Amino acid sequence: MLHKITVTVNGKQHTAEVEPRLLLVHFIREVINLTGTHIGCDTSSCGACTILLDGKSIKSCTLLAVQANGKTVTTIEGLAPDGGPLHPLQEGFKENHGLHCGFCTPGMILRAVELLENNPNPTENEIRWGISGNLCRCTGYNNIVKSIQWASAKMQGKPLPSSEPEFV
Amino acid sequence: MIAQSFNYESPNTLKEAISLLEKYGEEAKILSGGHSLIPMMKLRFASPEYVIDINGIPGLSYIKEEGGNVKLGGLTREAEIEHSELLKKHFPIFSDVTKLIADPQVRNRGTIGGNLAHGDAANDHPAAMLALNATVIATGADGERSIPIDEFFFGFYQTALQHGEILTEIQIPIPPKGTGNAYHKLERKVGDYATVGCAVQITTDNKGVCTYAGIGLTNVNATPLRAVRSQQALIGKPITDATIAEAAKFASEDCNPSSDLRGSEEYKRHLVAVLVTRMIHKAMERAK
Repeated sequence: MLHKITVTVNGKQHTAEVEPRLLLVHFIREVINLTGTHIGCDTSSCGACTILLDGKSIKSCTLLAVQANGKTVTTIEGLAPDGGPLHPLQEGFKENHGLHCGFCTPGMILRAVELLENNPNPTENEIRWGISGNLCRCTGYNNIVKSIQWASAKMQGKPLPSSEPEFV
Repeated sequence: MIAQSFNYESPNTLKEAISLLEKYGEEAKILSGGHSLIPMMKLRFASPEYVIDINGIPGLSYIKEEGGNVKLGGLTREAEIEHSELLKKHFPIFSDVTKLIADPQVRNRGTIGGNLAHGDAANDHPAAMLALNATVIATGADGERSIPIDEFFFGFYQTALQHGEILTEIQIPIPPKGTGNAYHKLERKVGDYATVGCAVQITTDNKGVCTYAGIGLTNVNATPLRAVRSQQALIGKPITDATIAEAAKFASEDCNPSSDLRGSEEYKRHLVAVLVTRMIHKAMERAK
């Protein structure tokens, strides 16, 4: 039996008839065609599918689309207005080489959005714990942490830390 | 993978949810946080015909102090428990437990009710509930019933909850002065299930004699395990290195860990002794 759902994604309302077993990530990718949200595992481990549901970072592969009925979803595509300036986190990842292949990046950024909202000035340790639900196979995480620290400074209007590579 | 087809219901009241559970019996599963159920359904380890989503029912998520107990609604999210100032006051163990559950995204959805009702000895809250001597409230068509935590866990994925019952509240007696509690689990990597986990709550009187000891173990038995002999080794005497060592030894002997990818049986027994020792010390630190 199909269920009719209405989900507001990046400010736009979408209505569709879906099977209950349709995952939110599949709804986002295949029904609405927003493919910035990625699927990286089958075990709710990797976090590449992370989106914001009513402002909370959630693994969209572990939610049914029907559960998002009447709710607001933000995907990576919704962070910056079309043609507009990048979100400080997007800019931070760009400036600080926070990605190689970019597969984990949308999930990382959306997780960091909630992280910084709850804790605008996190310590390095708080950032590392804060992204513990997002796996990266490429970078070794150091530049991801750096990107988030850079964005945190930018969002607080503080002087920006150096984007030069560090040798650890 | 894709879950098998199912029917989805999202009742708006507890009464409606219970009557749906009664109607569908064995073929229905409650969807709470969904971060144990949905992964199992995706792998087709679980294929309920009816999924009853209780997330839309108001009044099931709360943390409050009432009548000498702290009471948590079954639908309270782990993230809320992690940051609750009320819980930190008497029960820093909750912070210890929740920050080790999976990761921040999972904690935004996972609920304490689901964590207990799933009946998995690898979940973290059960051991803490044993240490704290909690009571589970189950609500069914005939109303509420109280289930002491020692009568709650029966076996692999089996709890005392009957078809038609929902875990609606957890009650924890507020301990007297001179009490400390703590939890830790050793894991292969962040977010993993426990290799071994240990929850402890200790009360000592003003003469330093232990009047209460609750020790719960995670993932070293088919069910969450109370270290009964360890508790007995501590109660009625002052806490000393000798009594702690004895408690640790008993826990190591009385658990039933499986050799698996997280470690051999021998290794886990060793870790149980280590963690029991550490957590007794930590609980004692906090009792000051």
